[in-house]
Amino acid sequence: MTLLLQRGFIGAVLVFLVAPLFVVAGVSVNRPKRLLFPPDGFSLKWYIELFVQNEWANALTNSVIIAMLAGLLAVAVALPLALFIWSRGGLLARALFGLGIAPFMLPPVVSALGFLVFWISVGLYGNILATIVSHAIFLTALPLVAISLGLEEVERPLIEAARTMGADRRTVFRTVVFPLIRPYVISGFVFAVVLSLNEYIIAYMVAGFTAETLPIRIFNSLRYGYTPIMAAVAVLFVLTAAVVFGAVAFLGDLPRLFGAHRSEEP
Amino acid sequence: MNPRREPALWPLALFPCAALTVFFVFPFAIMLAVSFHRRVEGGFFEPAFELSNYLRFLTPFFGKILATSIGLAATAAIIVVVAAFPFSYILSRMRRRAQSVILVFILSVLSLSEVIIGFAWSTLLSRTAGVGNLFHWIGLVETPRAYTPGLVSLLLGLVYLGFPYAVLVIYPAVSRLDRELPEAARMSGASPLRAFASVTLPIMRRSITGALILVFVFTLGAYLLPQVLGRPRHWTLPVHITDQAIFQSNIPFAAAMAMFLLLVSLALVGLSLIVGNERQGAST
Repeated sequence: MTLLLQRGFIGAVLVFLVAPLFVVAGVSVNRPKRLLFPPDGFSLKWYIELFVQNEWANALTNSVIIAMLAGLLAVAVALPLALFIWSRGGLLARALFGLGIAPFMLPPVVSALGFLVFWISVGLYGNILATIVSHAIFLTALPLVAISLGLEEVERPLIEAARTMGADRRTVFRTVVFPLIRPYVISGFVFAVVLSLNEYIIAYMVAGFTAETLPIRIFNSLRYGYTPIMAAVAVLFVLTAAVVFGAVAFLGDLPRLFGAHRSEEP
Repeated sequence: MNPRREPALWPLALFPCAALTVFFVFPFAIMLAVSFHRRVEGGFFEPAFELSNYLRFLTPFFGKILATSIGLAATAAIIVVVAAFPFSYILSRMRRRAQSVILVFILSVLSLSEVIIGFAWSTLLSRTAGVGNLFHWIGLVETPRAYTPGLVSLLLGLVYLGFPYAVLVIYPAVSRLDRELPEAARMSGASPLRAFASVTLPIMRRSITGALILVFVFTLGAYLLPQVLGRPRHWTLPVHITDQAIFQSNIPFAAAMAMFLLLVSLALVGLSLIVGNERQGAST
């Protein structure tokens, strides 16, 4: 394969991935309330409408509240679990790791239905709390994987040294381990937040009619009346994800987080 | 693995285990029970032990849904992996900075929900925006037309959904790949393509199988794209699960179908693990 052919292939794939987003970005700046491309005129009013129109502003508020709290809760579950798995090792640790990532690995509709019957049984069906907790459990996998990767980097002699010098486990964690894994904890948190913002099926199944989120709102608009606000939301979501993952890449080593070996630095 | 085993660690695992048990293991147990319950008109369900929900799997209605779901997911998985493998391979040989930029973009696409992917593709393939208009503008067609909903538009959406996941699985493996092996093959006189086919591909077989199965399971789980980009005859199992649970208010039948989907997915993941282990065993 020549270099030109290789670059051409990468380019073609990137065009395939960008094209729908590009058209959506164009549609979002239409002046009339229609989804035209090329856009008819240029206006940013639909981005303002998102914050002004009641149904959309409510959905935005719900989405942000759910994503933030679910992200925090996911880290609260994943961090101690990752530490336990890391320091104990063995079969039980691997089983617990599997339990932690299972909700994310199953077909989403299966997890969603599981959550639905659970919240009906405990009487919280339709409550925003149900969405928050369900999202947190569903997304625990992300901080769990990220923090576990970070812990692999922590050198055990460092901890032994701290222990020998008389530090108890809590002090070692606070002064040695946590500073080392902090970037991974943050990456795990933001991954969970971004995916929660985008998540549709679980939010829809457990409280779709009462705690409406942005993806639910978009899907309803797909059925009952298109508006360029949908496109504006899509653009904001892509930008949020790009900024967040860009920051993760800037602060850390993204290829390494993806699992590439650091030693292969060209 | 790790020599340290102190009982004082247990409290650490208490909260996560409790949370996962209450909010994940319990829901599954309840769902399994509900799949045997009796549906109540106008309400949710009442306790019973009936096999009727499972017996409905034997109808042609269900057989057609299953065939559609598996056919779509398999086609999408093959297209995705055929494209994602060379993509990840070339990507892993680019400069670190370029790799990071492209990975950020891939991750951004990965984070998009099916709602946004479905909406974006239906816009791109619509009459008033996107390719319909473009083809008309360059004179390819007389009048602009929509290319959605339909089988092709649904497949495009599924490929878009699965592609980033395949890169996620294949990229780490190809970037760890020993560069000297294909070089050695080339020095012994093999053409680049032959070196790739006879040296690189066999080493990568494990992650390729992994990616195929992952994308298959992911696209099999797609619940929204078939509704947005396909026609009702393209509706897959997850669409019918949602439909039964929310619109037909038949949660027991939805639960039975979900258990079935779960078993199929678990069986496939198990299969990929077995294949992976055998390969690993054979190579060491």
